Amino acid sequence: MGDGHVDAAYHPRWLRPHVSTYWWLQKPSYLVFILREASCMFVAWFVLYLLWLIRAVAGGAPAYRQFLDWSATPWVLLLNAVTVVFVAFHAVTFFQAAPQAMVLHVGGRRVPTHLVLAGHYAAWVAASAVVCWLLTGA
Amino acid sequence: MIKRHPEPLLWMLFSAGGVVSGMLMPVLVLLFGLAFPLGWLNAPSHERLRALLGNPVIAIVVFSLCALSLFHWAHRFRHTLYDGLQIKHLNEVIAVVSYGTALGGSAVAAYLLWRLL
Repeated sequence: MGDGHVDAAYHPRWLRPHVSTYWWLQKPSYLVFILREASCMFVAWFVLYLLWLIRAVAGGAPAYRQFLDWSATPWVLLLNAVTVVFVAFHAVTFFQAAPQAMVLHVGGRRVPTHLVLAGHYAAWVAASAVVCWLLTGA
Repeated sequence: MIKRHPEPLLWMLFSAGGVVSGMLMPVLVLLFGLAFPLGWLNAPSHERLRALLGNPVIAIVVFSLCALSLFHWAHRFRHTLYDGLQIKHLNEVIAVVSYGTALGGSAVAAYLLWRLL
């Protein structure tokens, strides 16, 4: 964005100290930050996996069976095992940040942050229960 | 003329995608990624899954999950490359590729789900 502009001899941008590309390896908290950001890759992978599954379901029972067999192959299992960890990490960190991003007011008063947080976790438990029930319930 | 920036809209999509994926993905990955393939639980039959995806309400939820999660990914991916790896000179290219992928993926999701209705 506007990187080609050089209008002043002493541009403020030129006074910035150089930051290493690997700055996020310098502190554990930086690493946690970058791992949290990296969780989006696993979110994207699961969307792809889900689309594959939907396509298999549309393709009929044999295609669905084939998808299930493929999902049980070692590399896919390994990738999904890592995905579970990252997606759960994403959920926890995202909900944790929600009270800061979502300032709710009820009757002119701000809803306490721990209630916003509790609401997210309650919704998470409820949504997971509904999904389990739909897919595995009698 | 007020210049309209797309950033607030993109942030809203990022945020909505973060919430929806946070709510639904852990259980879905656990079931379809581990529990069913490893036989901890019986995978749903084809008819059952076909019927579930044919339900318009569930189709809309699954579509929202796919589309919003892709925009969540696009936004985070772009900003991580920008801030984390400091790839600043390719900012525009990365933005077009990320949001373009999200848009394309959403269209694929809509098409696949539409066929099952």
